[in-house]
Amino acid sequence: MPAFLLKRLLNAAGVMLAVAFLAFLIFRFVGDPVELMLNEQASQAQRDELRVRLGLDRGFVLQFATFVGNAARGDFGISYRNQQDVFTLITERFPATFELVLVATFLSLAVGIPLGVYTAIRRDSLLAKSLQFVSVLGVSLPSFALGILFILLFSVTLQWLPAFGRGEVVQIGWWSTGFLTPSGRRALILPGITLSLFQITLVMRLVRAEMLETMRTDFIRFARARGLPARAVNFRHALRNCLMPVITVTGLQIGNLIAFALVTETVFQWPGMGMLFVQAVTFVDIPVMAAYLIVVSFIFVSLNALVDLLYAYVDPRLREDAISGAANAR
Amino acid sequence: MKKHWLLAAVAALALNGAAEAKTLKWGASREIASLDPYSYGETFTLSVLNHVYEGLVRYTGDLKIEPALAESWETVSPTVWRFKLRQGVKFHNGNPFTADDVIASLDRVTHDTSPLKGNLPAYKSAKKIDDYTVEIEVNGPYPLLLNDLTNIFIFDKEWMEANNTSLPTDSGKGIKGYATDNTNGTGPFKVESRRADAKTVFIKNPTWWDKPQHNIDVIEFTPITSASTRVAALLSGEIDFTNVAPLQDLPRLAASPDVKVLQTNELRSVFFALNLKDALFESDVKDKNPFKDIRVREALYRAIDIDAVQKRAMRGLSRNTGALVAPAIPGYEPSQDVRLPFDLDGAKKLLAAAGYPNGFSFQFNCQADSLVNEEEFCQAVASMWSRAGLKPNLSLAPRSQQTPKRVKGDFDVISFGWANEPMIDAYSLLVQVLRSKSGTGGVFNWGNWGDPRIDALIDKAGVELDNSKRIPMMMEALKIAKAEHLFIPLHQQPMAWAMRNTVASTVQASDNKPRLWLTMLK
Amino acid sequence: MPVDATAKPGRLRRFLDSDIGWSFCRTPAAWLSTMVLVLLIATAFLAPLIAPQNPHDLAQVFIDKAEIPPIWQAGGEWPFLLGTDPQGRDVLSAILYGTRVSLLIGIAAVIVSMGLGVSVGLVSGFYGGRIDNLLMRLGDTVLSIPTLLMAILVSAIFRELLPPGLREPFAAVVLVVSISLTNWVQYARTVRASTMVERRKEYVLAARIIKVAPARIMRRHILPNTLTPVMVAATLNLGLAILSEATLSFLGVGMPITQPSLGTLIRIGNQYLFSGSWWLVVFPSLQLGLIVLSVNLLGDWLRDALNPKLR
Repeated sequence: MPAFLLKRLLNAAGVMLAVAFLAFLIFRFVGDPVELMLNEQASQAQRDELRVRLGLDRGFVLQFATFVGNAARGDFGISYRNQQDVFTLITERFPATFELVLVATFLSLAVGIPLGVYTAIRRDSLLAKSLQFVSVLGVSLPSFALGILFILLFSVTLQWLPAFGRGEVVQIGWWSTGFLTPSGRRALILPGITLSLFQITLVMRLVRAEMLETMRTDFIRFARARGLPARAVNFRHALRNCLMPVITVTGLQIGNLIAFALVTETVFQWPGMGMLFVQAVTFVDIPVMAAYLIVVSFIFVSLNALVDLLYAYVDPRLREDAISGAANAR
Repeated sequence: MKKHWLLAAVAALALNGAAEAKTLKWGASREIASLDPYSYGETFTLSVLNHVYEGLVRYTGDLKIEPALAESWETVSPTVWRFKLRQGVKFHNGNPFTADDVIASLDRVTHDTSPLKGNLPAYKSAKKIDDYTVEIEVNGPYPLLLNDLTNIFIFDKEWMEANNTSLPTDSGKGIKGYATDNTNGTGPFKVESRRADAKTVFIKNPTWWDKPQHNIDVIEFTPITSASTRVAALLSGEIDFTNVAPLQDLPRLAASPDVKVLQTNELRSVFFALNLKDALFESDVKDKNPFKDIRVREALYRAIDIDAVQKRAMRGLSRNTGALVAPAIPGYEPSQDVRLPFDLDGAKKLLAAAGYPNGFSFQFNCQADSLVNEEEFCQAVASMWSRAGLKPNLSLAPRSQQTPKRVKGDFDVISFGWANEPMIDAYSLLVQVLRSKSGTGGVFNWGNWGDPRIDALIDKAGVELDNSKRIPMMMEALKIAKAEHLFIPLHQQPMAWAMRNTVASTVQASDNKPRLWLTMLK
Repeated sequence: MPVDATAKPGRLRRFLDSDIGWSFCRTPAAWLSTMVLVLLIATAFLAPLIAPQNPHDLAQVFIDKAEIPPIWQAGGEWPFLLGTDPQGRDVLSAILYGTRVSLLIGIAAVIVSMGLGVSVGLVSGFYGGRIDNLLMRLGDTVLSIPTLLMAILVSAIFRELLPPGLREPFAAVVLVVSISLTNWVQYARTVRASTMVERRKEYVLAARIIKVAPARIMRRHILPNTLTPVMVAATLNLGLAILSEATLSFLGVGMPITQPSLGTLIRIGNQYLFSGSWWLVVFPSLQLGLIVLSVNLLGDWLRDALNPKLR
């Protein structure tokens, strides 16, 4: 077990190093930082001075090492666009994104599991077939188009829910939460649903597939043969058996949701990390882009490693075969 | 920390004795770059921060210069101005406003690393005469110092020194400045809290030196970049006011019983500028530059069906123009405000006469997020030029991506808007855009346009203090530019604000800057 | 001639008589979506012939015809069946041309990522050892960055690396590269797994003994045996690739407004959502949804039909 733990952690560290390298490439080669930071009237002397100050005259490897060292300490420099400390910018926006992802995850489980169970048990009923079709529809419709239609319907036409932003937030330490005020909770509804739709269909399909698989196994057949009521068989035995993969995939998907939230955040003007990133891309604000990449990948890689380790703990057979691939179902 | 601010806000409101705080929720099209007016030389950021910081002088609602932190001024010699400062003014932290603050602010804004340095081009030095008198010396006789000073905001010296922010934020150093997140001005509002990209809250400054002509207690400033979301927010009452209402949504906004629209023309004139270097940037004509032929420039001009642009792309709200500056700008001449008529056949004949009967291709650089409906009018004009036989390659991208190309001169035609702010004088366009590049002149002359006759007139006008002589010089320079078709004028762009009925009155000046200290709520 | 005449229906007959064919005919979702897809692809690629207007030819676009509603609404005008945009561009034509752009990018991205993934998978599975380790770690790294983020970053990098004048003409290529670079790992893993099984089989060992070149073994012997799962993955990925392209274009980092894809059209239409011109955003969204839906239904059916467990 310690050997596996070490191997998995080393693997994660290697991946993070590769991601850092990618971020460094962006920082170093997408646009000349000197040109981006100075205005057009700057003299050659100012340019050279800045080049030295940024360490751009040093060797490539040394620059990369410095970059990794700084990143590890959370020092990503200051944003070109608004001259604020990049790490602070990202941590300020993290709560907004995280709460959105939390709501979406909750919705995906609360809606996806019952639908999955139903479509598995009544696999030939008309409703189950329609639900199957709707689930394909859910994967096929782009989330930004759905978001726009939601705004048109619920905010403009019916005026039920807010169209943008987080509403009132309460500051608890460095964390800002929208859960504690009515307007904050209302603001979470539309973006939460938009972000969760893809996830709901994913969970539903997964539960359905797992249930069908489990119901063919001997122990379920045996339970049936014993004359246990269908309800007990379905829920106490079959569903319980397939919850583990559902929870794993949900855990792994959180990383993806954080990234995918950037589309939802753009549509709903949600002041999270994703919107920060999209704005950074249009303004070619390299330090923010690089930092966002590292932070999101870090969350993603840590979750993957954590899930792998948990799995290995629960099921020793899996210790040799990492399952990180399942994470990227999207 | 945040809680502390909240308490302060509550206390401030209690002091005002207001039964309920009157709040204006302002939805803007973009975030202000920083709370430090000197860290980013951008007009919109300055206009928002003008609620917190003030200059020695300011514009009134109808764009006349009036005293602000300076009570009066005189010219001691052609190059020395003496300002009498207002007494009894206090910064938001309670510090008194004195001559030292003015000197420290001028030092900061003209420092080498200050992005705003160019906004005070004539500045040489400043000295304190006594606590309430300051003398500013300029490079040479310079008529527009007051105009420039409207946008040079005054900081508190003690506060800057205590917080180690006496120099402007230098992005190269990779350290953010204290003033980027904190403010201490003299203005009608003070910053209560700020979450960048989400909400910045301003509250009324109860000890403002001027008699308030507003009844706002709290301003909540929220950037909403997506135009459609902004409109939805206004319709549903999540915001009360926006200073950027999309033209295409005005009919719908106006039709709502809860919303009213304020619409007028901006000072900003929009025109096309051409690459007049020796060769085109991207064209099938390699050996020479067709734009150097005045017939080709005239053909481009005549091919534009300005009425169609005005009616469709600009929704009937722009003001077509033949001049390069707006009527409100000194230097404008009605006789020059006449367009060449739209004449497609004439344009084709001119092109043929110039040796391009089949046209030629060129790169046409427009920005997606800069001028009003720029995407729309650029596409419309590109299709009009195509019909004249030309082959414009339209490049449309956000400003941040287009600006570097423009500055480098990597374009053949660009759309260009110039408001002559903060000077409100044609000299701004002349010296910064039309003049050939030299020293501080022609900073925006990206395409090597210009004319020695114009340069000479500009240089003469720049040192002439007598307006009755100076303005004719500028008119003469603009006349030459027009006769040569150096630029192809289009229109003065429209501006539209929209607000809920809770806003009783406000002042919409043609510089498109909200002045909420002149705004009454119901 | 008679041989040809019988050969064609013969092949079709054979398909329809096979298990797959039987399943195909019995599944309305499968043949319906195939019909819809064929129709959409045909109209998109024949766009220059059937579209009322060439929306890329600026000389054909008249701004006086701006924002005409669809023909069945008051104010509608022939030949603008689905109305016009604020430039006076025919929406139907823009959608047909836009669909072509979206489909081309989607198909190209699938082909490139499949080619890349299959090659990596073959090499990795065939040689094993260090090369395998290196390639699979590379795959892990790609998977450790969320796909959407990866695609945005790759497109940002590639766009910056191109000289400014080439960025717009090559926007489609940049998109194909960025989508492919994020999507190849799945193919590589699938192919690697089956290659590792196949390479131990006797026919491969025999080929190796008689010194057939490894490239030939991989191509002629192993590849055909790994293709079924690859084809299923490719079909399902086509939907994803088209959605990725649309998302990037919607975010403003994809196709420029001068050569709009469906995503670009939706982004533009979104600006006019409140001015009453609903047709600008609704029709491109419907078209995009319809394409991806048909591709996904087809892919789902293919996967189930080829999965013996589910029969």
